[in-house]
Amino acid sequence: MATQHSRSAARLMMAPAVILLLGWMLVPLTMTLYFSFKKYLPLRGGDLGWAGFDNYVRFVTSSAFWPSVQATLVIVGGVLLITVALGIVLALLLDQPMWGQGVVRILVIAPFFVMPTVSALVWKNMFMDPVNGLFAHLWAFFGAQPIEWLSQASLASIILIVSWQWLPFATLILLTAIQSLDSEQLEASEMDGAPPLSRFMWIILPHLARAITIVVLIQTIFLLSIFAEIFVTTGGAFGSRTLTYLIYQRVLESLNVGLGSAGGIYAVILANIIAIFLMRIVGKNLDA
Amino acid sequence: MGQITLQKVSKKFGNAEVIPPLDLTIEDGEFTVFVGPSGCGKSTLLRLIAGLEDITSGSILIDGTDATDQPPAKRGLAMVFQSYALYPHMTVRKNIAFPMRMAGIDQAEQDRRIEQAAAALNLTDYLDRRPGQLSGGQRQRVAIGRAIVREPSAFLFDEPLSNLDAALRVGMRLEIGELHKRLRTTMIYVTHDQVEAMTMADKIVVLRAGVIEQVGTPLELYRTPRNTFVAGFIGSPKMNLLEGEEASRHDAHTVGIRPEHIDVAEEGGLWSGRVGVAEHLGSDTFFHVHETGLAETITVRAPGEVNFRHGDRITLSPRLEQLHRFDRDGARIA
Repeated sequence: MATQHSRSAARLMMAPAVILLLGWMLVPLTMTLYFSFKKYLPLRGGDLGWAGFDNYVRFVTSSAFWPSVQATLVIVGGVLLITVALGIVLALLLDQPMWGQGVVRILVIAPFFVMPTVSALVWKNMFMDPVNGLFAHLWAFFGAQPIEWLSQASLASIILIVSWQWLPFATLILLTAIQSLDSEQLEASEMDGAPPLSRFMWIILPHLARAITIVVLIQTIFLLSIFAEIFVTTGGAFGSRTLTYLIYQRVLESLNVGLGSAGGIYAVILANIIAIFLMRIVGKNLDA
Repeated sequence: MGQITLQKVSKKFGNAEVIPPLDLTIEDGEFTVFVGPSGCGKSTLLRLIAGLEDITSGSILIDGTDATDQPPAKRGLAMVFQSYALYPHMTVRKNIAFPMRMAGIDQAEQDRRIEQAAAALNLTDYLDRRPGQLSGGQRQRVAIGRAIVREPSAFLFDEPLSNLDAALRVGMRLEIGELHKRLRTTMIYVTHDQVEAMTMADKIVVLRAGVIEQVGTPLELYRTPRNTFVAGFIGSPKMNLLEGEEASRHDAHTVGIRPEHIDVAEEGGLWSGRVGVAEHLGSDTFFHVHETGLAETITVRAPGEVNFRHGDRITLSPRLEQLHRFDRDGARIA
C-alpha cells in the first residue's frame, strides 16, 4: 500500500463491497426512519399522512415499553453470565487430555447447529411441558409438584433455552483461547508456588480476557434480537416480551407500521447504548 | 544450601526410555552445566529436578531430604525458562512479585526484595512496564529477577540465552556468571552451546541420549575427554578425529588432535594437504585442509597473520604430545 497508485486501486476494488454493505444497512434503516414518522395502518386506511413524533411518544408511554426493555436486558445478561461461566468450565475440562476427545468436542458443539425454533420447541414440549415433560417426570419422581416452566418461570426458561444454544459458541472460542496459552507460563507459575486455583485466577483467566470480550460482544449482538425462542414458547406472555417482540406485535399483530418503526428506532438506540458501554468496559482488552 | 543428588533416576515416556538410570551429585554453590546435542535429554533431566515431570524410578535428594514426590513449589528451586514465561498481563513489578505473593510474604519485604533485584539487574526504570514493551535481554533479566526474589536453594536455567542475538548472549552470559559469583547459590544450566558451557561452568555434565558421557571441570573435559563423543563435542572448532593407518601408528583405533595443536608451514611438516576454505577471524585463521590422505578435512587453527590462500599446498605438524588416543569403542586410552 505504498504508492498513491496502489492506494487508489485498493479503494476502487473495495468499493463494491462497501457500497453493497452500506446499501444493505442504509436502505432498511432509512425506510424504518421514514415509516416511524408516518401514521401508517394497513387494513385501516393505509398511509394517513405524517404523524410527527406521535409514534415515538406513544411507544415509550405505552405500559409495555419499560417492562420489555427490562426483559431484554435480563435475558441478555442472564445468557451472557451462564454461557461465559459454564463456557470457561467446559473449556477447561475439554482441554484435559481424555479418551474420545474428538467425538466429545463435536458433541459439545452440536447444539449450535440446531435451529432456534427447533430447539425451543424441543425444550418446550420434551423438557418443560408440565405434564409430559422430562422435568415434570423428574419432579414427580422426587414427589414434588412439577413446575409450569413457561408460565411460572418464563424468563428463566427462555434464558435456559438460549443459554443451551449459545454455550457451544462460548466454549469453542474459550477452548481455542485456552489452547493458545503458553504451557511454560503455567509451569512457571507452578514453580512460583501457585496452587491450581491461583493459577486459574492469575494466569488462565487474564489470558482468557480477550476471548471473553469477543464472546460477550458477539453474543450481545445476537441476543438483543432473539425472537424465535419467544415466539414458539411463551408468545410474549408472562413477562417474557422483549423489545424485539414488542415491535413485532405492534407491526404484525396491531398492524401499526408507524408505531412499530418508532420502536425499531428505539431498539437501534438501545443497542448502541449497550454497545458503547460494552466497548468502554471490555474494549480495552482488545488493545493490548 | 542447595545440594542436589540424583540416585538411579530414570524417565520413560511410554515405552521410550529417555533417560536410563543415572547418578549425579551437584554440590552446594556449584555452577553445573548440562550440555549435549538436541534431544539428548538434558532439558528433561532439568525438568525432573524441577518436578515438572515425574521420574519413572529412582530418587532425587535436595539437601539430603527426599524430594522425589514433592511438588515443584515445595522444592525451593527457581527456574528460568527458554521462552522466559513472563506473565504478559502483569507489569514487571508484579511479575517479580508473583512468587512472593504466592508465598504470602508481607508487602514491605516484597518491595524491598523487588528494589534490590531491580537494582541488581538494571530493571529499576522498567518496573511499571509490561513484558511486551521490553527487549529480549530485558525480559531475560525479568525472568531472572523473578527467580532471585524467591531466594531459592538452586536456580535452574533451561537454555535461557538461545532466544537472544549473539552480542546480547555474550553480555548475558557474563551477567549470569557474575550473578553466580555474587549469590554463591547452586545453579544448573542447560545448553546445547559448548562455548556457553565452557565459559560459565564449574562443572560440565556431557549428555548423549540420556546417558552421562563425562562429568568434569571445563579444562578436564578439554584436556582429557573420556571418549570420542566428548572429544568431538567440547572445543571449537571440533577436534580432528583420524582413523586407519595414522591411528594404528599410535596403537589406537582413533586418534584425535585439536585444530590449535597443529602447526602449519609451507614445507617440512609431517602431513601435507591443500587449503580449502580459509576463515580469517583476525585474531585467528582457520584452515580447512583437504587431500591429506588422513581424513576428508583437517581443521587447523593458525595465528591471524598466517596467510595461505585457497588451493595452496601446505604441510601440517601435529604436536604429538597433545594427541588423544581412543580404542575401538571410542574410549580414551590413557
